[in-house]
Amino acid sequence: MNTALLSEWTPVCNIGDIPTQGARIVKRAGHDDIAVFRTSDDRIFAIVDCCPHKGGPLSCGLVHGHAVTCPLHSWTINLEDGQAHAPDEGRVHKIAVRVDGERIYLNLSTQG
Amino acid sequence: MNRTMKLVVVGNGMAGIRTLEELLKLDPDLYDITVFGAEPYPNYNRILLSPVLTGEQTIKDIILNDISWYTDNGITLKMNCRVTKINRARKEVVADDGSVVKYDRLLIATGSNPFILPVPGNDLEGVLAFRDIRDVDLMIDAAARLKHATVIGGGLLGLEAANGLASRGMKVSVVHLGNALLDRQLDTAAARMLQTSLEKRGLDFLMNRQTEAVLGDAQGRVSGLRFKDGSELATDLVVMAVGIRPNTELAEQAGIYTDRGIVVNDTLQTYDPSIYAVGECVSHRGVAYGLVAPLFEQAKVAANHLAFHGIGRYAGSATSTKLKVTGIDVFSAGDFNEGDGTEAITLADPVGGVYKKLVIRGDKLVGACLYGDTVDGAWYFRLIREAKSIAELRESLMFGEGALGDTGHAGESSVAGMPDSAEICGCNGVCKGTIVKAIREQGLFTVDEIKKHTKAASSCGSCTGLVEQLLISCIGGAADIKPKSEKPMCGCTEFTHGQVRKAIREQHLTSIAQTLRFLEWGTVDGCASCRPALNYYLTSTWPGEARDDAQSRLVNERVHANIQKDGTYSVVPRMWGGVTSAAELRRIADVADKYQVPMVKVTGGQRIDLLGIKKEDLPSVWKDLGMPSGHAYGKTLRTVKTCVGKEFCRFGTQDSTGMGIALEKELVGMSSPHKVKLAVSGCPRNCAESGIKDIGIIAVDSGWELYVGGNGGIKTEVAQFFAKVQTHDEVLEYSGAFLQLYREEAFYLERTCHYLNRVGLDHAKARVVDDPAGRAELYARLKFALSFTTDPWAERIESPAVRREFEALHI
Repeated sequence: MNTALLSEWTPVCNIGDIPTQGARIVKRAGHDDIAVFRTSDDRIFAIVDCCPHKGGPLSCGLVHGHAVTCPLHSWTINLEDGQAHAPDEGRVHKIAVRVDGERIYLNLSTQG
Repeated sequence: MNRTMKLVVVGNGMAGIRTLEELLKLDPDLYDITVFGAEPYPNYNRILLSPVLTGEQTIKDIILNDISWYTDNGITLKMNCRVTKINRARKEVVADDGSVVKYDRLLIATGSNPFILPVPGNDLEGVLAFRDIRDVDLMIDAAARLKHATVIGGGLLGLEAANGLASRGMKVSVVHLGNALLDRQLDTAAARMLQTSLEKRGLDFLMNRQTEAVLGDAQGRVSGLRFKDGSELATDLVVMAVGIRPNTELAEQAGIYTDRGIVVNDTLQTYDPSIYAVGECVSHRGVAYGLVAPLFEQAKVAANHLAFHGIGRYAGSATSTKLKVTGIDVFSAGDFNEGDGTEAITLADPVGGVYKKLVIRGDKLVGACLYGDTVDGAWYFRLIREAKSIAELRESLMFGEGALGDTGHAGESSVAGMPDSAEICGCNGVCKGTIVKAIREQGLFTVDEIKKHTKAASSCGSCTGLVEQLLISCIGGAADIKPKSEKPMCGCTEFTHGQVRKAIREQHLTSIAQTLRFLEWGTVDGCASCRPALNYYLTSTWPGEARDDAQSRLVNERVHANIQKDGTYSVVPRMWGGVTSAAELRRIADVADKYQVPMVKVTGGQRIDLLGIKKEDLPSVWKDLGMPSGHAYGKTLRTVKTCVGKEFCRFGTQDSTGMGIALEKELVGMSSPHKVKLAVSGCPRNCAESGIKDIGIIAVDSGWELYVGGNGGIKTEVAQFFAKVQTHDEVLEYSGAFLQLYREEAFYLERTCHYLNRVGLDHAKARVVDDPAGRAELYARLKFALSFTTDPWAERIESPAVRREFEALHI
């Protein structure tokens, strides 16, 4: 991975395209889906759309604070670092997000 | 990290540290914290000293917070260090190691001291108390060297000490002032049985004896006891277990007001507003508590105020339950001694070693005393706390709750005899041993904590009763068991479901944001547990006014399909009363082909299920089906199951299919606390299985019989007879009114059977059957709420804005 790729920001959508306290799924050919979240304070977070427990689609979870609760077995994942809330243990890969005005960009070069 | 305030905790025991845990949850960075503990150990579970004495557990097993917990949370721990003085003017404490620490807030949690009888010789070598690890160490050491021990006090602590010393090989005598053991926990009949059984195990009892002096030998060692009646007893060791006294010495020296304990108000503040006190050292509204559950309730409130949240008041605790194991199961709760206006149901089997007494006042259970078989203790305790009518249960009350869960654990209803490998939680595959280990090692006190740590009882909940039993058998009276009606809604608030509902109604709250603000929620925007409940309470209380918040619904209700383990969905179109047509079946078949549906299945509710649909395909699947949603996913009316009825069946007495369709068309889209299932059978042969539905209707020649509160799922419950009516319209009105009552009064996720268990069938009958005007009003309110329902599938096919939920972004 060279440094040129690291600065590659891919536009995905506008803030208004994601419901507050909700998420959208970003699909990429050949890679895991990404869940992009918008929290109640209008922060944007992106993580791989796959719960570390049994692979549930986190994009379908209930968003509260800076966290999402998985729809399958209610694990709660911290959106800031991708870490599962104790006592559960596990981590989801986080994807770097840049917001420029309304536009949301993801840095896909660090994630496979 | 900017910790500007200093908090000093005097006392490193269960109450003080629990307060810190609660405080750290609320605000981990507010205080620079120093903890002083007189004992050379981190916080341990004092209740488990008895198993350490018997050798079943070690000190390591009963440590609740090890040293690293203090380090990880940035807490300065001073063990083996006694605070000798509080200087309130300078706001500092002085300790016996010479250290001086300043505080902005001080928390006193000095616990209690064992009461030592004021008799000559009470300071001789070989006179011990039973209070801390040091006492246990001394007893273990004595047991290895000495022969005969005498315990003064036939209470819980005394018997545990006696049992422990006997199990270490000593000959043990118990001296008791009264004529019955455990006189605060047992009635005389049970006490007698206990004494007999302990005598069989080799313990000696000297009842009605008042100790006058402890006798010593020339070396200043204990040699015996002398009683008021002049008799004497030779002994090598004396353990005094005659009670505890709140440890108020430090507070008194500092001029803080005390009576029996350190006097605190409802926010656990002493007369000095910067000094708080919790635990056994406290006197609250004239009561000093010696049990763990109240201490934890105090800890929660104190932490809240220390964190400047300023909500929550401690109003005292109902501490009726006591239970400990001296090798024999003993349980008592409430007011178990008969008195005026009470009656007792008694079961006594002295040979089998079982005695049970239930004390009833009016139509309520007020006390229970169980000996030998305590399996149903938790259930009786709940009935006492809930104070609801037991009139309908009375005949079978003595026989217990029966099978605690009918499915998932092979009908087992008692955990005591299960091996560690026995599966308790069938949903998550959690064994007894795993739960016991978590309770001991993590220091768990509530079922909720067990759910979090082990996942047991966290899915369908049918094993909750078994988990409660395990908790009680591990930690006895420290088990914090409460009915749902008394528990906070979730970790975000102190308010119960009932209180939240009341506030929404009385304060006319119409949005989640408004509710969270008004009730001072502890989190920014709730959690996955409270948000769906709040959304239901708001929309059901203020139909047409409170807006449904899609983001506060769990995925199934947001996307109107049922999520499966692989993230695909199942789609169940509505078939009114289970009746379909060739045209509908053809469309279903076409959809199955077009979307390559992996499985097409007939459901238990007489519908067809298309499984394995991708989320993004949902709107087009619904469009192609051209049928309304079957709501097979929601907290709402699911199905009305029917038999064919008199139109075809030679036994049918009424048109059950037509009735089912009418009910389903009327109730479709009705939101409710939990799912609702109905059935209509055309004759008492009951082919539609009306006996296990929330509302089951059975046609008879002279009309319709209505049954309510049935359940065919987790816990099989047979529906109870509710009313008999004559006409089609009456069936609709009675059913609708009952459902509206359930919608207005049940807690979120409470099925009709659980709701009726809580409020009683008589209550529902009084509101619906016996009160025609009230029934009409309930029915009218339901119709008003239903006037706002639409078909969710049609809505999502048409509106691009809501369809966005299903559309992925491609890059």
